Amino acid sequence: MVGGGGSGGGGGGVGGGLLENANPLIYERSGERPVTAGEEDEQVPDSIDAQSPFLHLTHLIRSINDPEHPLTLEELNVVEQVRVQVSDPESTVAVAFTPTIPHCSMATLIGLSIKVKLLRSLPQRFKMDVHITPGTHASEHAVNKQLADKERVAAALENTHLLEVVNQCLSARS
Amino acid sequence: MAAAVGAAAPPGALWGLVQDFVMGQQEAPASQVAADVKSGSYTILQVVEALGSSLENPEPRTRARGIQLLSQVLLQCYSLLLEKEVVHLILFYENRLKDHHLVIPSVLQGLRALSMCGSLPPGLAVSVLKAIFQEVHVQSLLQVDRHTVYSIITNFMRSREEGPFVEELFEVTSCYFPIDFTPPPNDPYGVQREDLILSLRAVLASTPRFAEFLLPLLIEKVDSEILSAKLDSLQTLNACCAVYGQKELKDFLPSLWASIRREVFQTASERVEAEGLAALHSLTACLSRSVLRADAEDLLDSFLSNILQDCRHHLCEPDMKLVWPSAKLLQAAAGASARACDHITSNVLPLLLEQFHKHSQSSQRRTILEMLLGFLKLQQKWSYEDKDEGPLSGFKDQLCSVIFMALADPSTQLQLVGIRTLTVLGSQPDLLSSGDLELAVGHLHRLSFLEEDSQSCRVAALEASGALATLYPEAFSNHLLPRLAKELRRGDSDVTREGGPTKCSRHLYCLQALSAVSTHPSIVKETLPLLLQHLGQANKEYMTTASSEVIAICQSLQQIAEKCQQNPESCWYFHQTAVPYLLALAVQASMPEKEPSFLGKVLLEDEVLTTLASVIGTATTHLSPELAAQSVTHIVPLFLDGNTSFLPENSFPSRFQPFQDCSSGQRRLVALLMAFVCSLPRNVEIPQLNQLMQELLKISCQHSCSFSSTAAAKCFAGLLNKLPAGQQLDEFLQLAMDTVEAGLGSGAFCNQAFTLLLWVTKALVLRYHPLSSCLTTRLMGLLSDPELGPAAADGFSLLMSDCTDVLTRAGHADVRIMFRQRFFTDNVPALVQGFHAAPQGVKPNYLKGLSHVLNRLPKPVLLPELPTLLSLLLEALSCPDSVVQLSTLNCLQPLLLEAPQVMSLHVDTLVTKFLNLSSSPSMAVRIAALQCMHALTRLPTPVLLPYKPQVIRALAKPLDDKKRLVRKEAVSARGEWFLLGSPGS
Repeated sequence: MVGGGGSGGGGGGVGGGLLENANPLIYERSGERPVTAGEEDEQVPDSIDAQSPFLHLTHLIRSINDPEHPLTLEELNVVEQVRVQVSDPESTVAVAFTPTIPHCSMATLIGLSIKVKLLRSLPQRFKMDVHITPGTHASEHAVNKQLADKERVAAALENTHLLEVVNQCLSARS
Repeated sequence: MAAAVGAAAPPGALWGLVQDFVMGQQEAPASQVAADVKSGSYTILQVVEALGSSLENPEPRTRARGIQLLSQVLLQCYSLLLEKEVVHLILFYENRLKDHHLVIPSVLQGLRALSMCGSLPPGLAVSVLKAIFQEVHVQSLLQVDRHTVYSIITNFMRSREEGPFVEELFEVTSCYFPIDFTPPPNDPYGVQREDLILSLRAVLASTPRFAEFLLPLLIEKVDSEILSAKLDSLQTLNACCAVYGQKELKDFLPSLWASIRREVFQTASERVEAEGLAALHSLTACLSRSVLRADAEDLLDSFLSNILQDCRHHLCEPDMKLVWPSAKLLQAAAGASARACDHITSNVLPLLLEQFHKHSQSSQRRTILEMLLGFLKLQQKWSYEDKDEGPLSGFKDQLCSVIFMALADPSTQLQLVGIRTLTVLGSQPDLLSSGDLELAVGHLHRLSFLEEDSQSCRVAALEASGALATLYPEAFSNHLLPRLAKELRRGDSDVTREGGPTKCSRHLYCLQALSAVSTHPSIVKETLPLLLQHLGQANKEYMTTASSEVIAICQSLQQIAEKCQQNPESCWYFHQTAVPYLLALAVQASMPEKEPSFLGKVLLEDEVLTTLASVIGTATTHLSPELAAQSVTHIVPLFLDGNTSFLPENSFPSRFQPFQDCSSGQRRLVALLMAFVCSLPRNVEIPQLNQLMQELLKISCQHSCSFSSTAAAKCFAGLLNKLPAGQQLDEFLQLAMDTVEAGLGSGAFCNQAFTLLLWVTKALVLRYHPLSSCLTTRLMGLLSDPELGPAAADGFSLLMSDCTDVLTRAGHADVRIMFRQRFFTDNVPALVQGFHAAPQGVKPNYLKGLSHVLNRLPKPVLLPELPTLLSLLLEALSCPDSVVQLSTLNCLQPLLLEAPQVMSLHVDTLVTKFLNLSSSPSMAVRIAALQCMHALTRLPTPVLLPYKPQVIRALAKPLDDKKRLVRKEAVSARGEWFLLGSPGS
């Protein structure tokens, strides 16, 4: 019996055949971040943060679709609030993501999607570091190296097939 | 023969009609013949006789035409047929099934007519079906003829005559299940997939006799991988449960349960989960209502035991992901009947109660309590009047102790669930003891004073107090009110001495708790005097009462007034008690005094008077006309004649003469008069109306503060709106117009005169008064006035919006539903014309007026009109006024989504203007501009692609906006632009 992920339809679209992790544990989605009075006040600047109750940044990446399942990275617990570090004054972002299984072949792709989402969504002044949560993937080092390499990332996005998958991950889910 | 036919049309006429139809290929004669048969001019037998030769004609088309005539007549007259005639006709038609294929469609029509006969002799249905299946290959008929066959089957189903053909019938219908037909675009028949699904489902679920064939098919399709098949099968199962009984389901229950359980446990689709739960609910309901033979076993118990067995162990693992699916399955079954609810609740409650104590983490306890809450809610569906005790009574003490533990827990989330559970448990009649209630009230009291970070808990506790106080007023009156009264008194002495923010907020919370709990008439009788006394006390004792304090008390009173509206007794009590008291306080405050008390001043502030007015209005709108008439005979003379006799404290140092006195303090109280008279039911007669209207007009255009003159203008307008058409109304209107024109011409009072004009216009626009167009034109003329132009532009906002104090539907004003649409149609062309004709300097006034009108209009009404206004809207984007910018962006955004083709002609202008506005100083404008940039991506991609690099570069800037809400819009807009024309999007 194949797990629920396969029959939902509409999800990913990478390769065919059986899913690597057919029946993942599913986590609750956090709601929309509530708007505070300060945010409606024109005078008060809101910093780009990760620490406030519902962070701005996780908010950006949590809704990225998993390439394999019809679920978001948040629902699969691939990204979590505690693993996102932001410093607005220093213009740095660090995101650690946790593949659902240690041999997940999608790890590079997920990392790439997060990286692209950040590139598209954050001001240019930010320096971005996307890496695997230490100790959660077999080829952690190799994946991290690829993700840190600007030229490789740029080259990957020249690849139509890869760009297609990344765009699918970033498209708003209906 | 001739005698039998009587005065009716001669058979010769019938023969002619038949010839016209069969040989002459005319259609009309068929209905003529049918009408004649209905009226009794001739019998069906005579029609058959007249058809005679054409039915034996060697040409199949002629035979078909003949039968078609007979069938059409039968379709209209089948109810007149005698049993003997039916038998003959059916034999005739069965025989005709052997005829040429061209004839078959008409034969089937005839059989369809006969299948609708009420007087069908036994055995005939079987015989018809047998003949159809023997002579005709149904599956290869045209769609319309297949439909006829299904109609025949469905009709026979109703008379339960399908007999030995169940399986054949099932075969010819079930081969279409599940429907996977997708209608072609521009399908001329307009057949929708959903129609087919529903019609087929109606056939499949029409009889329990299909069960043995249908249920295995449904199980197979639920087990398939196709989402639509799963959904359709579960919905069909749901429909079947309406006609099935225990007997049909018996053999399939284990498989059905296994399939449903698997879908709910494993699916990623919320719809499949919902349909699975609905199907389980119907299955259980079906088993619950089946009538059993004496020797049959009750399957409900064993079915529920199965469910419990498969689900209960998951409930004991609050960290695991199957907790919620299991609870949902159990609740779906328990919601089906009182018996099912009993069975499941009595098994699950002890388990969950035990689990609650086993786990110590708040988050796990919360999950368990939420499940408990779900089961308790189901209990409310069934009333146990016929029993001594509901199933909960045995668990009452344990439930209470679990709830109280939750309420005392530090976790807000757990507290919240605890509060909701307490409310649900409290709604069970005769369950909680007075001891339980005392404890519960104690907890609610504590939670009502939680500090700011537990806002949600405090609000929930207040709501729960309100809900429970309607059921247990005594408990709240005995255990909560004394504490709140004490708190209020303590607040009195603390607030004055610089009681820090904590003290202030405790005081505020106390006021909120008092209004929240005032949901029962007996409680209002305690809380209202308490609050009024508190307000009066503030007057006497303290010198430093802040206006915010008085406003808080008034808001509390306002909430009580709202709660009293539904109960006539409370409503009158509130009105009779509060209104004279508040008026007395205000009159006292308006008296010229040597040493004015501080409250005296505070009570006369704009904001405080507005809140007081709001309390008086709320306390008046729901009065019965008789009681309102009683009240009006006191309050109008108070203002016109200074008659203070009805006020509770009426020894004032000088007379109350708000309309004569030159002290502006007394005149300000016209706002309170306005709140009262403008909230009265329309049929209440107002004494001294003539004098009142004249006085109001006088001070609306006098030299006084704008608060008083505006209140007078609004009061005048509010009364005007409710007056019946007639001479009196015309006279008041004439008087008003004279006052307006005199004021506008005078210079000194032109602002007051303008305000009066605005409110009178509004009063007339709302009720479609014929003079309203005159006044609107006058107002529009002022748009080009150098002084009043901007105010006139903003006036359009007032005309189009809903007021809260006067001219409201709640206050019985005459407000027509479509007044905005009507105003739009009547005035927008003139506004557009005025804009083009106006000198450059005042053009923005027209744009602003227009944007107010457009913005308040319902979007569906606005959309079709927008393209004609498009050039003006594009021009408005360059207007420097941010109100105009914002409203224009709000108009354009839906237009981009709904009419992308029209908009793509202007893409260049739109991109440039939107990007410009995305760096506006106003945050709202920046947000709206970015939302428009987002909506722009709905335009055809080829139109947009040339702008993509430029837009992506430009949108990098708002990504670093200082406001998060702006950044959020920038992110989603930029993300969409990246996807344009890119693979995978």
